[in-house]
Amino acid sequence: MIAIVDYGVGNIRNVQRAFEKLNLEVTVTRDIGQLDQAKAIILPGVGAFRDAIANLKKYNLIECLQRNAQKGTWIIGICLGMQLLYQRSYEDGEYEGLGLLRGDIVKFDDSQLKVPHMGWNRLIKQKEDALGRNLGDNEYVYFVHSYYVKTEDNSPILFTSSYGVEVAAIVRKDNIIGMQFHPEKSGAVGAKILENLKELIV
Amino acid sequence: MITKRIIPCLDVRDGRVVKGTKFTDIKDVDDPVVLADFYAKTGADELVFYDITASNENRDIFLDIVRRTADTVDIPFTIGGGIRSLEDFDRLMKAGADKVSVNSAAVKDPQLIREAALRYGSQCVVLSMDVKKNAFGRWDVYIQGGRDNTGLDAIAWAKQGVALGAGEIVLNCIDTDGVKNGYALDITREICDSVRVPVIASGGAGTMEHFYDVLTKANADAALSASVFHYKEIEIRDLKDYLKEKGVEVRC
Repeated sequence: MIAIVDYGVGNIRNVQRAFEKLNLEVTVTRDIGQLDQAKAIILPGVGAFRDAIANLKKYNLIECLQRNAQKGTWIIGICLGMQLLYQRSYEDGEYEGLGLLRGDIVKFDDSQLKVPHMGWNRLIKQKEDALGRNLGDNEYVYFVHSYYVKTEDNSPILFTSSYGVEVAAIVRKDNIIGMQFHPEKSGAVGAKILENLKELIV
Repeated sequence: MITKRIIPCLDVRDGRVVKGTKFTDIKDVDDPVVLADFYAKTGADELVFYDITASNENRDIFLDIVRRTADTVDIPFTIGGGIRSLEDFDRLMKAGADKVSVNSAAVKDPQLIREAALRYGSQCVVLSMDVKKNAFGRWDVYIQGGRDNTGLDAIAWAKQGVALGAGEIVLNCIDTDGVKNGYALDITREICDSVRVPVIASGGAGTMEHFYDVLTKANADAALSASVFHYKEIEIRDLKDYLKEKGVEVRC
């Protein structure tokens, strides 16, 4: 069973639908017992980092997610969900994240760029991985975000996109996976990435 | 870098696409969801739906279209037309819209932009503006479907809207709309230079060159059109091939 964490942020229906289209058994839940049973845990997310992490705390999910990550359960963060996987965020303050990946979440330089980074941008391959199977050099995905990952540890970065800086677009460290863009809104390319993800996690 | 976007616009009245379409190869083309899915599969980067239903009774029909679109279409879409309150935002976002655009209601109550941005984030709030050049060569903002001149200056209003939290602007020029003589490049350029959010140009597309001009000379981030796509005068794939050949970064 795949669990989508229901922690009160954003519209998770689109993510749920995308996984259902893959014929996966999907449960939307914040129940710790159910999350502990899941083969893969999806952290979706639209909204602010502060609210997201506060809600995870409120529902006692921080320790649950960290424990499951340790245990080897797939943890998959999408958009804000990916940012939550990192150590800390500087979105309107300074907040601690789940710390499953090393790095900080910082804002794009809005004196130089239009922020949010919104629209279709190209994926640039940095590293071979099953998650990037059949992805060519000219694949576009849909981004909407104002903050990005700044890290000294580039080893988990599979794909980047270029927006003033190199944006970590897809990351993977063993069972921890993050996507900064919205695969569920990225047309055929998004569907291909989710197919690859399915092969990996089932 | 990020691509320039091509956005077909669907005007919906009482649950059906209006403004006419000329499709023979897809069935039930007046169903907005069928047409939206067709555009998504043939290269559209995003979609905009305007609800031009006059009566309140048919609002549920439109909500159902939003839900079915979210179920079917795997690219982002914006809903506009008749949004008056935060409750309207709520209903549409819950039904699956990615963004909601406000026009007249935002002029009457600019705080609506701020409240919606605080609740959903700026990326979900689109300020749609209808503008027309006045006798002094400045551009005025019109509301109520282009009927009432508010006397607001277009550039000042765009800046204010962004300061309040709008994450994107749709700029529709009343004079060029439906004329097919090209987008209003001057005001589009001015708005693009005045705000640091994406600007979608609307109104006036008749040829592929018009798209090229507004995306390069006026520096718009996206170009929106209805009739050239509905009447199949321009196919999105051909348009993107053309733009790519001319050096514009597009998603092909």
